[in-house]
Amino acid sequence: MKNAETATTIDYEQIGLKVGIEIHQQLDTFNKLFCGCPTVLRDNEESCMEFSRFLKVTKSEMGEEDVAAREEVARSRKYVYLFYDTTCLVEADEEPPSELNLEALKVAVEIALLLHMRPVDEVHTMRKIVVDGSNTSGFQRTALVAMDGYIETEDGRVGIDTLCLEEEAAQKVEEKRGVVVYSLDRLGIPLVEIGTAPDIRTPHQAKQVAAKLGMILRSTEKIKRGLGTIRQDVNVSIRDGARVEIKGVQELELLDTIVENEVMRQINLLAIRDELKKRGAWVDKTVYDVTDIFADTQSKVLKKGLKQGRALASVLKRFSGLVGKEIQPERRFGSELADIAKLFGLGGIFHTDELPAYGISIEEVARLRDKVNADENDCIILIVGEENRAKNALERILKRAEYALEGVPEETRKALENGSTAYLRPLPGAARMYPETDVPPVQISGEFLKSIKLPELIDDRIERFKKEYGLNDELATVMARSSRHRLFEELVRDGHSPPLVVRILEMVLPSLEKEGINVISITDKHFKMVFNLLKSGKIAKEGIDEVLKVIAERPDITESDLNEIVSGVDVTEIEKFIKKLVQSKEEFIRDRKERAFSPLMGLVMKEFRGKVDGKVISELLRKEIQTLLNDR
Amino acid sequence: MLGKRVRVKRGENVYEGIVMPSTTGTFVLKLDSGYNIGLSSYDEVEVVEEQQESIKTKLEIPHVKGKPEVSIISTGGTIASKVDYRTGAVSSQFTAEEIVSEVPEIMNFCNVRAKLLYNILSENMKPDYWRELARNIYKDIQDGAYGIIVTHGTDTLAYTSSAISFMVSTPVPVVFVGAQRSSDRPSSDNVVNLVCSASTAVSDIGEVVVVMHGSTSDDFCYIHRAVRVRKNHTSRRDAFQTVNDFPIGVVSYPSGSISYQNDFISRGERKLELKDTLEEKCTLIKFFPGLDPDIIRFFYDRGYRGFVIEGTGLGHVSSDWIEVLREISDDSLITMTSQCINGRVCDRVYDTGRDLLKAGVIEGEDMLSETALIKTMWLLGNYELDDAKKMMKKNLVGEFRTRTGWYSEKC
Repeated sequence: MKNAETATTIDYEQIGLKVGIEIHQQLDTFNKLFCGCPTVLRDNEESCMEFSRFLKVTKSEMGEEDVAAREEVARSRKYVYLFYDTTCLVEADEEPPSELNLEALKVAVEIALLLHMRPVDEVHTMRKIVVDGSNTSGFQRTALVAMDGYIETEDGRVGIDTLCLEEEAAQKVEEKRGVVVYSLDRLGIPLVEIGTAPDIRTPHQAKQVAAKLGMILRSTEKIKRGLGTIRQDVNVSIRDGARVEIKGVQELELLDTIVENEVMRQINLLAIRDELKKRGAWVDKTVYDVTDIFADTQSKVLKKGLKQGRALASVLKRFSGLVGKEIQPERRFGSELADIAKLFGLGGIFHTDELPAYGISIEEVARLRDKVNADENDCIILIVGEENRAKNALERILKRAEYALEGVPEETRKALENGSTAYLRPLPGAARMYPETDVPPVQISGEFLKSIKLPELIDDRIERFKKEYGLNDELATVMARSSRHRLFEELVRDGHSPPLVVRILEMVLPSLEKEGINVISITDKHFKMVFNLLKSGKIAKEGIDEVLKVIAERPDITESDLNEIVSGVDVTEIEKFIKKLVQSKEEFIRDRKERAFSPLMGLVMKEFRGKVDGKVISELLRKEIQTLLNDR
Repeated sequence: MLGKRVRVKRGENVYEGIVMPSTTGTFVLKLDSGYNIGLSSYDEVEVVEEQQESIKTKLEIPHVKGKPEVSIISTGGTIASKVDYRTGAVSSQFTAEEIVSEVPEIMNFCNVRAKLLYNILSENMKPDYWRELARNIYKDIQDGAYGIIVTHGTDTLAYTSSAISFMVSTPVPVVFVGAQRSSDRPSSDNVVNLVCSASTAVSDIGEVVVVMHGSTSDDFCYIHRAVRVRKNHTSRRDAFQTVNDFPIGVVSYPSGSISYQNDFISRGERKLELKDTLEEKCTLIKFFPGLDPDIIRFFYDRGYRGFVIEGTGLGHVSSDWIEVLREISDDSLITMTSQCINGRVCDRVYDTGRDLLKAGVIEGEDMLSETALIKTMWLLGNYELDDAKKMMKKNLVGEFRTRTGWYSEKC
């Protein structure tokens, strides 16, 4: 068997890599998608009421239960929901939904148009069955808004297949034995789901696409920002491999790594398959109760598990060495099996590729092999816990192990922090949808489309800022991305220096925030005041920090009050000071003539730095010197 | 075109899917992704595939030995339904097989016979349907049913259950049940309500009851006396509440174990009897300030002889009603209830009340207005007016009590 390939040596075209990305972005609307609740998140401690529910499996029209749904319910869990004074009976599934939020629809269509998509003429809200408890209703309300668009990347055009407007799910708070707690504050926040075609051919291009989509979304300025407000799912497949959906990639930076790692995983799983076939390996589905072998075990983990139930084992015939084989960074084939155990609420599994370890002795391993009729070529899977749970989990694990002989299973996985992935559930069936009859369809009329003004894309704005205002790349990027880009242009039009405005808006302010100053209270109006004072010379560039600090403390301050406080001096005072200075240095000035200016300027600045613009001082000083010299 | 798989061209775009019914006149397609979209125009439509027959799976109903037989009568509330994800259609399920396959937990308590009596929205119920239902329940009990479950739309469930309470003197539990969330959704309350109903249907109770969610959680149901229950919320699961009394009991979910909180008529305590005549010319009038007493004359002139007046406070209408009430009371049954819903009618506190009593109005005690109406229909249908007047003042099936408790959680 050949060694695991590393990402850098892979020829992606040759292995037939296909990647599609799905982006979920929360919208920053006033109300939720189907009720009048605000789109605010809450502390769980603020919950004023909680209630519990179960969900039942709904059967598909073929009479077959959906695989994903069945697996969720096989673990028959109770769901507890936290209710707040900012949630209502709609989130609690105790009242029919309101009509579709048109503010959200408008943002969705705006994004669709930016992606060159064609909106449908009439939006139909659907119920998409989701039985993991994250939706109180057991379905997510979702509507297909537009189709068939594209974006351009350095490596070519990538199709955008669909844009859906849907409700965000409830946030999982915790998962105890058989009980999952969800918080209802997030449920119902509008979300756009954008799905690309599987046109992406390299990990690098995947990252480009995600970055570009992110830029376009931010350009609307109508999306939520911050942790958890955007999630990326990635679909990866290679030739002979399988479509694998990776959920919940939070970090754009990790996207290429995740694709690389998934490709590696599929290649390695295919290599394991070939090796297993060569060995003539098979899975013995007998489940052995091996509790008695570990009656006096020194292994703490095992003891803990046994307290709750039994130890069960099965044999993977001629699998030896392969279960312990690394298929992704820090993940072995055994990790895939352990993921399944964890989903059943068990700690994980033990397998003989890694034993003796965890306090399990050589003798115990030997007795185990003896009991289950396994030799050195076999790998034994050992699982401990509550008997029924352990049995169900083990049966599911054996099915997965058996699939190793077929290749890569189609499944949904979750992204891990290091760029690897873990098993989550089988891929959901395609057609688990039916109409949400409580929500009437909405026409996207010509009038509706006309009311949408497309924003300037951030990337375009960066270029324009460079060209129009002579900003360098860094400043142009910072300013174009900022929510204060309009203020920037307004101030520049008033005659302020572009780099100075950028520095104050985007650098001074964040540094004040770091100092712990409450900069949220500083608004556009305040900045205009500050720049007015600056323009009239009443404050100096160097004094802006101080002025902003004053404003942060007293947001309702007027411009004249501000002027008085920050300067403490008016121009007449400076004039007096300069007059006196010039008189006292008369001899020096007569001696040095105009060359006396610099040293004297230093003296005045020493007194008034930060309070008055240097330009104003230098003018006054020059005038006074000239007057003296002319006086002759 | 409906149900056919088509390919639609519109400009540069091509859409493929199944043609769905439209409520707005647009061309609605169900795409392979499961989404429906509406198109207001298209250039070309091409049928790719004719309608597919949906595959029907044969359902089998197991028979559990030693479990009693319960009869489920459906009246149209969709307590069980199936979704066809291919077309998005939701169809109601009424056979025993279908109900049991939807809520297999029922089999923990009983074996099931099922009958679809009619399939109507509960707001379209009529006294005629109540009579037919009463006769069916009577017959099923006669045929040996150990308990009866009636599935019903929640809107008028309490009217029907009240009517059955008066019409059928039952030795076994007759359990009315509905769902506040439609049964096609995974969150439907039908599972909890049906499981608790099944447990109640094999219990020691021998009267007509309503079993519905006790809280917003899936943790327990209340067993309400049918003549004491009211739908007090438009949408919540726990909309049904016993008024002016304690519920008969609490059924835990999922165990189905019952703890009783009130007295009740026991299984076998009464003989099976059917009195299914109802006088339909009866009415319930809600008084409000300024309502012209001519409204009474209007009904009276059309032959109405049964009147329930939902008065204000302790049971009042304005003084200008006294005259007309006096005029008709000799050949009418007039009962006063209160729009306060909670509490007892007492017409002996204020002059108006005393005048009403003198005019021949009967105090409806702490009876629900809806129950008083049904009782009036039943009394006038089965008894002479004088007897009916006397019986209106008597508690017949638990519709009122002569003492009023505090009815809080603790006492």
